[in-house]
Amino acid sequence: MAHFDPNAKPFSNKWMNERLAVDTLKRVLSTEYWIPKNINFLWAMGMVLAATFGLLLISGIFLLMYYLPDTKQAFDSVNYTIMSEVGFGWLWRHIHGVAASVVFLIIYIHMLTGIYYGSYKKGRELIWISGMLLFVSFSAEAFSGYMLPWGQMSYWAGMVITNLFSLGSLELNGLVEWIRGDYVPGQAFLGRFFMLHVLLMPLIIIALIVFHFGTLRIPHVNNKDGEEIDFEAEAEKWKAGQRKESKVIPFNPVFLSKDVFVMGIYFIFFFYLVFYHFEFAMDPVNFDPADPLKTPAHIYPEWYFLWSYEILRPFSKDAGLIAFGFAQVIFFLLPFLDRSPNVAPANRRRPFRCWFWLLVIDMIALTILGKLPPVGVWNTLGTIFAWIFIILWVVLPFITKKEKLVGGNK
Amino acid sequence: MKELKVLAVVVFFTLITYWGVEPFAHSQMHKHVEGKDFKYEDLKPAPKGNAEAGKAKIAACAGCHGIKAAGMKAPMDAMASAAAYGVNPPDLSNVGAIYDTKFLVDLMQNPTHATKVKKFAMPPSASSAQDAADIAAYLKSIAPKEITPKEAFEAACGRCHAMRYAKWTQIGTIPKTKPNIKTGQDIELLKFKEKVAEYQDHLAKYMGKLPPDLSIIIRARSEHFLETFVEDPQSQLPGTAMPRVGLTKEGYEKVKEYLEEIGDPSKPKRAATGPWVLGFFVIFSILAYGWYKSQWKGLK
Repeated sequence: MAHFDPNAKPFSNKWMNERLAVDTLKRVLSTEYWIPKNINFLWAMGMVLAATFGLLLISGIFLLMYYLPDTKQAFDSVNYTIMSEVGFGWLWRHIHGVAASVVFLIIYIHMLTGIYYGSYKKGRELIWISGMLLFVSFSAEAFSGYMLPWGQMSYWAGMVITNLFSLGSLELNGLVEWIRGDYVPGQAFLGRFFMLHVLLMPLIIIALIVFHFGTLRIPHVNNKDGEEIDFEAEAEKWKAGQRKESKVIPFNPVFLSKDVFVMGIYFIFFFYLVFYHFEFAMDPVNFDPADPLKTPAHIYPEWYFLWSYEILRPFSKDAGLIAFGFAQVIFFLLPFLDRSPNVAPANRRRPFRCWFWLLVIDMIALTILGKLPPVGVWNTLGTIFAWIFIILWVVLPFITKKEKLVGGNK
Repeated sequence: MKELKVLAVVVFFTLITYWGVEPFAHSQMHKHVEGKDFKYEDLKPAPKGNAEAGKAKIAACAGCHGIKAAGMKAPMDAMASAAAYGVNPPDLSNVGAIYDTKFLVDLMQNPTHATKVKKFAMPPSASSAQDAADIAAYLKSIAPKEITPKEAFEAACGRCHAMRYAKWTQIGTIPKTKPNIKTGQDIELLKFKEKVAEYQDHLAKYMGKLPPDLSIIIRARSEHFLETFVEDPQSQLPGTAMPRVGLTKEGYEKVKEYLEEIGDPSKPKRAATGPWVLGFFVIFSILAYGWYKSQWKGLK
């Protein structure tokens, strides 16, 4: 039975502790949540992502006040009402548009950091998998949001992507119509994607972020050398005042102080884009209202989907879909395809080192080719890089199985 | 410092990706059209015109066009003109202020040649280059020295293109009307809308399709595309029904200014707010750096 001191002043520290254990919460969640000391700025990407998600949420709430999910009014509610009538509507929209693009840049950096340092192995598998679930949810959130301004690219990208669900030669056109709620994208389609974008997907994302943090708790954050740290022993050292000897630091305030600094630099970059270079995140084609009678000359997704789009494109219909499906799920399997016991940065793991950099180069090449018209040499290159992507993942278990054991320390 | 090296690697790959999906991809997707600075070098140089002589010859134009500046009313209103020609001929008061003289002289003699389209509502109206040059000189003499961006847009684009964000239709600005408070209906507005719809019917028949609304065309097309397209529509869209309009460089700048004012109204606000926000985060980062250094002192 809990004890409640009748003399404790309401909302005093004691009063709060008896009811909510605030001191314990603070200790467990921040001042005694231990992070390795041996890290660099890439370890701040998680907090940068959280902050960017916060920006998306806040700007989204403001946009939601004026956006109209109606095929006849959506375009003008965004491009006229929000952009010229609502005070600072333009700022919220540009923040939302730029953040939607930049959040994927940071997600990719965050993912590749995880791959480079082997942060998905030996107890950290669920961190990786929950992160991949977040990636997929963010993709769904981004795609559904892209439908909302109901411009030409919204309409035609919606058409192309929902068509994928006919699954090639299976011709499941009934499924496509069921998803759209109509034969072509229309009011039912817009209403559904609006709901997904402003309610269901954000709920899922918030739940997954909590889950992602939860998965970190027991295995702890990895470090630059993949060293296995005895967090309890190191924490004792810290608490005993051996700040220099201890290999760990508390999340708050030590780790946070660096995070906040990295975030400051990031926000300078971010708001530079918002004010002076937002065009890259707002495709001109989408400033033409949706027109079912006029197909744009080039239909392409936003840049962050281009690599998987380019894996779909160079093959015949069915083979392309299979390759595309492969690209969507294969990253989930990384912890199980990497058979090496080593948790170490890629530069100490031959041949994995080559594998990593080939993957980076291949994905960038696919991204660029995904936007180029699929003709002539671009098409040939697209096919080659799509095959390289597939082969890289097929050979991964074999090359990592043969890998020699490297020490956690240098 | 090691961290800066890591940062350099991240920045390097980010910039390559950016270059590939933006400048490079767009250079491959759109054919490159070189602008010619609105010089219309394909047209013959015009003889020197005499405004006085032009004034006497203006009857050739007044059969279709009004010239408010000279007190001449258009012979037919917009609706009747559209029914007759497919489009409403412009009032000529401002013509001298925004159009190229060489272009006007060629237009009066051979309209489809000057506009580079297969059919054009205006018939050849001047029998010699000298007549045309005289009329052009007269139009120049009555044109205002300076016209507003809005006037330039309305004169050059506004009889084919609507601009709903500026409440502009092909037959003029949407009038301010009030609905009947007892019925909620606004009969005057409905009548106006009916007229617009009727005008658009004629226009769409004449042009093949209804020319697009230009409200945010400034964001839907690149600056370079717009400039070269207006200078010579065929260079960007071969076979388009849009006529070459013959704007001078200054005339085009005026039109563009208006497109920007309506289509991108936040431009001045961005310029005013940006430095404050960036300044805030620079100071924020400096303070955060101090905090970081104080927390990490003696840790390594």
